[in-house]
Amino acid sequence: MKSRREFLRVSAGGLVFAGAARWMEFANAAGDFGPASLPSGTLESAQLGSLPGKLPLIKKSFRPPNFETPVSYFREAFTPNNAFFVRYHLASIPQLDAAQWKLSIAGDSVEKPLELTYENLTKDFEIVEVPAVCMCSGNRRGLSQPHVPGVQWGHGAIGNAKWRGVRLRDVLNKAGLKKDTLEIVLGGADGAVLDKTPDFVKSLPVWKAMDENTLVAFAMNGERLPHWNGYPARIVVPGWTATYWMKHVTSISATAQPFKGFWMNPAYRIPKGKFPVIDRFISQESDTNTPITEMVVNSLITGPDNGKKIRQGEAVTVTGIAWDGGYGIAAVEVSEDEGKIWQTARLEADLGRYSWRQWSHRFTPTRPGRHTLLSRATNRAGATQTFELIFNPAGYHNNVVQRVEIEAT
Amino acid sequence: MRTLLVFALLSTPCFAGESEFHLKDAPGKGLVEANCSMCHSLDYIQMNSPILDRKGWEASVNKMIKAMGAPVAEGDVQNIVDYLASQYGK
Repeated sequence: MKSRREFLRVSAGGLVFAGAARWMEFANAAGDFGPASLPSGTLESAQLGSLPGKLPLIKKSFRPPNFETPVSYFREAFTPNNAFFVRYHLASIPQLDAAQWKLSIAGDSVEKPLELTYENLTKDFEIVEVPAVCMCSGNRRGLSQPHVPGVQWGHGAIGNAKWRGVRLRDVLNKAGLKKDTLEIVLGGADGAVLDKTPDFVKSLPVWKAMDENTLVAFAMNGERLPHWNGYPARIVVPGWTATYWMKHVTSISATAQPFKGFWMNPAYRIPKGKFPVIDRFISQESDTNTPITEMVVNSLITGPDNGKKIRQGEAVTVTGIAWDGGYGIAAVEVSEDEGKIWQTARLEADLGRYSWRQWSHRFTPTRPGRHTLLSRATNRAGATQTFELIFNPAGYHNNVVQRVEIEAT
Repeated sequence: MRTLLVFALLSTPCFAGESEFHLKDAPGKGLVEANCSMCHSLDYIQMNSPILDRKGWEASVNKMIKAMGAPVAEGDVQNIVDYLASQYGK
């Protein structure tokens, strides 16, 4: 197949900070751009494209860059950094230099405001590593019925990585939190093109910020963070959706008031009482809705590919992943007959409660024709996946049991 | 990053491949290009099609103006919505 290379300029923000042009390479190639139930315009505008330092990923939008990971990469326990999905709301994305980067710890509820350099961050605190799933709140939004506007993600706005960094708790304790601290507010270096666009700022309830697993991370999978995943440092909030995982983090502030901002309200809200989630963000709740928090239990069949042709009587290995908000996966079941009979899949190594769990199941088609494979995960909190979409206007928490159809001959 | 505003606008931020994406030719296309591409690439429009009816596109345009601060002239709103609804509506 003929591939094409093009080199064009990237963002103005990058130019300003790096003082040099940045380049991006595109290879147009036919490929599987996601489930057929995505909007037709989504599939038509998708293409494989590489941001600098990334493998070809499924392009959802050029600017700001939104790229999802092809499902084939999820056959590995940890998602390679150069295949990890990219998600930005705002298009001014500076190329940061770790030597110049500073992290400010401030706010009315901080006793001694601090400013940390990259060296301070990496040398002055205990370093820890947490394997955790990073999933965009809107993963699978494109599968919502009816469809809802937004980035029309398929299955690939997710990845699993070993995040290394320091505990946000240790950083906050160095600055000292006053007793009245309610929320920790997180800001990053990326921003909007227009002055009037709300900057992407998020807050966490102080209890989640102080959780021993919540990190200021500077490495993933043993390497420095890729630029597009938050270099030089990002927040990692294991169990919670990626909206809180502030990339290119530059400011952390403690406040005694609920933080008000577009990206906390009305954005990233779910209707109250519709989803079986345990973690609440009480200081941000309204009468009708609440911020999204932990991921709901979910699973994905990563092989065989939808539409694959196999031979009757020959066993194939069905593989997949299952994850949740950190309670741990108790079981994954697979059905070969539209959900009448469920068989327990084999769970692979437990890599930590915030990591996804790989699983496998042997399937031998005993008749020719089409076979439908379903997978259903249950977590240790007793929650399981749904068969019918729990509709919500932003298309969050889609954990509808997925179908893969294969053909035996 | 507020201080970068002027520079960002003058240098027309553009990601590779973006310049090859073209909206459908129809009245209003130029208006849509001029107003929407200030902040995001135009493939957002095709990606979100054909899932929104006229009311849905109207809500999206209003969100861009009211929540995201897009400086769209009042007199242009109907023409923009007309284009989106007729070319990328359901």
